[in-house]
Amino acid sequence: MIRVEGIVKRFGAVTALQDVSFTAADGRITGLLGHNGAGKSTALRVLSTVLRPDAGRAQVDGHDCVTEPLAVRRSLGVLPHASGLYANLTGRENILYYGRLHGLAGAALQRATDELIERLELGAVAGRRAKGYSQGERLKVALARALIHRPQTLILDEPTSGLDVTAVRMLRDLLRELRALGRCVLFSSHVMQEVAALCDDIVIIAAGKVVLRGTPRQILEQTGTSDLEEAFVRASARVAPTQGAPA
Amino acid sequence: MSRTVASVFLKEIIENLRDRRVVLSAFLFGVLLGPVLFAAMMSTVSNRTARIQDQPLELPVAGSAHAPNLLAFLRENGVDVQPVELSESQAIEAVRDGTYNLVLIIDEDYGERLAAGSPAPLRLVVDTANSRTAPESARARRLLDGYGAQLAALRLMSRGMSPQIVQPLDVRNIDVATPAGRSLLLMGMITYFCLMSMLTGGFYLAIDTTAGERERGSLEPLLTLPVARSELMLGKMLATAAFMAISLFLTLAVFGVALSFVPLEALGMSANFGPQVILAMFGIMVVFVPLGAGLLTVVASFTRSTREAQTWLSLVLLVPAAPIMMAVFTGTKPTTALMAVPSLSQHLLATSLLRGDPIPPLHIAVSLLTTLAAGAVLSWIAVRLYRREAILG
Repeated sequence: MIRVEGIVKRFGAVTALQDVSFTAADGRITGLLGHNGAGKSTALRVLSTVLRPDAGRAQVDGHDCVTEPLAVRRSLGVLPHASGLYANLTGRENILYYGRLHGLAGAALQRATDELIERLELGAVAGRRAKGYSQGERLKVALARALIHRPQTLILDEPTSGLDVTAVRMLRDLLRELRALGRCVLFSSHVMQEVAALCDDIVIIAAGKVVLRGTPRQILEQTGTSDLEEAFVRASARVAPTQGAPA
Repeated sequence: MSRTVASVFLKEIIENLRDRRVVLSAFLFGVLLGPVLFAAMMSTVSNRTARIQDQPLELPVAGSAHAPNLLAFLRENGVDVQPVELSESQAIEAVRDGTYNLVLIIDEDYGERLAAGSPAPLRLVVDTANSRTAPESARARRLLDGYGAQLAALRLMSRGMSPQIVQPLDVRNIDVATPAGRSLLLMGMITYFCLMSMLTGGFYLAIDTTAGERERGSLEPLLTLPVARSELMLGKMLATAAFMAISLFLTLAVFGVALSFVPLEALGMSANFGPQVILAMFGIMVVFVPLGAGLLTVVASFTRSTREAQTWLSLVLLVPAAPIMMAVFTGTKPTTALMAVPSLSQHLLATSLLRGDPIPPLHIAVSLLTTLAAGAVLSWIAVRLYRREAILG
């Protein structure tokens, strides 16, 4: 469960987020949709406690991102924009390292790692060093790493960019599976089809503001179109993109 | 040490041991460079000294027919007299262009004046600007003076006087230098090389764990894990410190092996460099490791890329080296106040150890405390730097 209320984040003179509020519920997949530089990554970074908001409140599973960052990180799995794997460690070692830093150890850690390697069909590559991985293999290991502690909430930053069709399907199946388990999934994208194919709820963000949010059906109704892509373009255009923000 | 710190430490060690560039620079090039350079330098010096002492002095003599007794004296004293036909100007030219190292010119009237009791003229053509031939010139000069003294003594005795009458002074040197002390300058280089290879050992780790991790995008997910940044930083610095300590130990061990092949005794030196001294040197210098690791990490944390980090760290390597170089060339003696200067105190203590000088326990205590305190301060700064948001770049 993610609850964001009136978040503001400035980098020097640039305001990346101004008064952003939305929620992402358990058992649902929520898409954070916006153009490049709209503030998606900044919002996710505030949630993952890497950035502190200048104003407003962000909560993950009832824990405040500013006052209880460790509790937030414990219930959060994060898939960053760059996979950030360690090239000289094997896939398995990458997963184990994150497991250990989450406080797992011994047989429990090995079991959790084996399960994820099996579920993500990483058996053939888990023993190889990450430097030779394909884009899809990197994503799978990064996903396994983010899920090693069975987080209640998972946030993913542009997870599908640069992936082939098979990898995208694998990812969708996995996210639906997590939804069925009652987890909260929030992912960002700048591709409307991507969000439409998967999401129960959509939050459209433009120039650091939430311009529209709701189920796909509600969004179509609010913009008066029958096409989600058209709805996205119209909603984004409501806010003149006068201010850029770092991606 | 918490489990988190241990996990980070182990992961950094394993990852960097798999990086060939890191391992080669930390444990091979950095370790071998100093001892090999040093041993080669010492071998050259000591071989030359040995050669000069063992070989007969080659002395070209012009006008050799005029002084048969002098030449007999020189031959008795191991001089290889080589009669040559040269005028004074030719002899000067020959020494100047290096054909001969030195030339002795005996004048035609040498015998005549000697017999008459007036000073008999000899001219020794030497080049004092040439340090290579200086020992030969000095040796020839000593022999000639000795022959003169011998003649003077004979003359006095033939007149019934004691030769001591012209020796009002009896000056003798009492040399207090221990054989190891004479090699102070060269021994000073050992601590310099050890310190450099120690820092080189941590060089890539300090960069990889900070600027490198940020550049590869692995820092951000790491910071979303439920661990304190101070623990991450501690594990990383400990890994850097471990590499530095291993580099230092290997360098000292290689020095021990390399110096056993150098005939130091031929130089009148003895290197006090057994296994016990190596361990003691390690104990003295390893105290610098936390300070070095903190320094490298702090500087690397400020930089935006690995390339920038390499540039800055190369400069930072010179900072601890500077006091050592100063001390080596000015022959600084250890004092309690100087023990408060990290890197200099390790150098002075290690040098005393090599010389076999006694070391006051107070010096060890001051060196230990000040260096460890400076290391703690720098490590604390490094941890603080990681609490900033800007660390993500």
